[in-house]
Amino acid sequence: MSETMIELQEARLHYKIGNAVSAMMGLPSTVKAVDGVSFTLKRGESVGLLGESGCGKTSLGRVLVRLEEITEGSARFDGEEIKELKGADLQRFRGRSQMIFQNPFDAVNPRYAIRRTLEEPLANAGIPRAEWRDRVIGALELVGLGDPERFLDRFPHQLSGGQLQRVVMARALILEPDFVVADEPVSMLDVSVRAGVLNVFRDVRDRLGLTAIYISHDLALVRYVCERTIVMYLGRIMEDGPTEDIVRDPLHPYSQALVAAVPTPNVAQSHDPLPIGGGAPDPRNPPSGCVFRDRCPRAEARCAEEIPQPRQIGSRLVACHFAAT
Amino acid sequence: MTDALLSIRDLSIAYDVAGRDVLAVSHAGFDVPQGSIVGLVGESGCGKTTMARALTRVIADNARIAGGQMHFDGQDLAQLSESRMNAMRWRDIAFIPQSAMNSLDPVYRVEYQIAEVLRDRGGYGRKDARRRAEELFEMVGIDAGRLRDFPHQFSGGMRQRAAIALALALEPKLVVADEPVTALDVIIQRQILDQLRSLQQELGLSVIMVTHDISVVAYTCDRTVVMYAGKVVEDCDTATLLNEPLHPYTMGLKNAFPDLRSAGTGVLTPIAGSPPDLVNPPSGCRFAARCPFATDHCRAVEPPLMEDQPGHNVACHRAHEAAELRARAAEPETWGMSA
Repeated sequence: MSETMIELQEARLHYKIGNAVSAMMGLPSTVKAVDGVSFTLKRGESVGLLGESGCGKTSLGRVLVRLEEITEGSARFDGEEIKELKGADLQRFRGRSQMIFQNPFDAVNPRYAIRRTLEEPLANAGIPRAEWRDRVIGALELVGLGDPERFLDRFPHQLSGGQLQRVVMARALILEPDFVVADEPVSMLDVSVRAGVLNVFRDVRDRLGLTAIYISHDLALVRYVCERTIVMYLGRIMEDGPTEDIVRDPLHPYSQALVAAVPTPNVAQSHDPLPIGGGAPDPRNPPSGCVFRDRCPRAEARCAEEIPQPRQIGSRLVACHFAAT
Repeated sequence: MTDALLSIRDLSIAYDVAGRDVLAVSHAGFDVPQGSIVGLVGESGCGKTTMARALTRVIADNARIAGGQMHFDGQDLAQLSESRMNAMRWRDIAFIPQSAMNSLDPVYRVEYQIAEVLRDRGGYGRKDARRRAEELFEMVGIDAGRLRDFPHQFSGGMRQRAAIALALALEPKLVVADEPVTALDVIIQRQILDQLRSLQQELGLSVIMVTHDISVVAYTCDRTVVMYAGKVVEDCDTATLLNEPLHPYTMGLKNAFPDLRSAGTGVLTPIAGSPPDLVNPPSGCRFAARCPFATDHCRAVEPPLMEDQPGHNVACHRAHEAAELRARAAEPETWGMSA
């Protein structure tokens, strides 16, 4: 067994947009959702993918469970190129790599009882029917739904958001995967139950030794779940390193803005204006050179000409011409 | 209080559910001091949105104000005739609905939608409406050239700003904002909150901000009202509420939030269980079933909202022991978590 679970090399996911007419008008024909991303994830390691809407974090997560396929570069899962998997290998991969979706109410069939929601992956994976009941009960217990029998015949609308998100988590775990992608799993939940779902996620991941990716725009949540964070912007990695280091001393100007923007449950907090303004630019028309430059307080002429390559600075990789410790 | 722009007293709002009255808001009251931002926080279903909507009397068809008063600027909003109430909407009280991002009509240009309010409600002529719309856009930080755009050409943050511009169009005294930043990214979220705060100070507005996010309240609000199961359980200035909460529910909410500036991540402690079914509310304190400090007395007798310290209202039988309870509430084991 190799130490490396996930390995991305210059992975790109470009969506084709527009049509013949827009092409003749010289309008952009692709959206570069993921544009040259490289990183590796060791077995049992967790990383948070942090960034604003449209930065490509969800697209990247979907690539790793093969809900999307990269258009260039390489994305390997346990040594195998994900998009090349076929037949029995693909079937096996589907069981090993799972996703927990953002909105639990959209992620389950409202007409299926919880039992059926959880049995479906077992049926798809060809697990003998005799094992189903124990596996379903076991998965519900794993995610902290005590007295699981009482949930089996209930329907999604009869569960609270927090309970249903645990069911979604149980479904992702029932085939005993090695790797899970959690896409903003608590953003739709009420605050008082968020903590419970986050705790279950952390706990289950550690107990099963899962490799995990946690996608969020909220650094406070990522910090709670992952020791390593990758900051993305317009399809590219801006900074990659230990979460505590990024929280304490972000090196990339974009990470600095993200850290400054997070409010805290404390009245004694800075109300200084953010170092950056505006929102992310149109992904169909990203700036030349560094994609962050038009919002960056430190941008200079060089940033428009030259794409900054990731550089090792201390514990971190930073894609900025000027970042220094 | 004499300096309050709005005083809600003993307000009850009932939904007709299959022929039975269900009180979504039950004998609730609080004040909004002139020129301040008041946060209204609580879980889904606690009645905060129903209460906020009642201020403009735009509530669901099966809901009605079942009792109480809403004194605003010398009048009781609960008693006003529909035509008088209608005359106050936008002009005196403006409402920014939840997901205001989606509340703009997709088939009309943004300018038209702002001008409509200005003309129909404010008696503006066409030219003046246009000038005012430009002024409003500049105020919320959108280029006036974008007025001719349709809503789909705006980003989420711009739509939210446009909704704020719309609410401010006729210089209302009170703006009620329902979860104004919940669906937005952190950077945009911060920009919108800063904008709202600076406009509030510039224009001397009073704002009620409905949210479930304690961090947003901490960042923005002067006072905070905590609601639980249709009741106000605690109400005071935000700093005191966060530093020295008196109600166990407030203590629990604080524990459930990650704080990016804290030294370590520690463990987030959820409040186990869920709010009571309002069709059959429990006797006694409504939080008792989830409260680690509940006694038989709590389960039997409902605690009234009382002023415990000057300006600090709380509905808890054990508020006098709050200092000791706060210390215990900080321990995860208190809330049934194993260490």
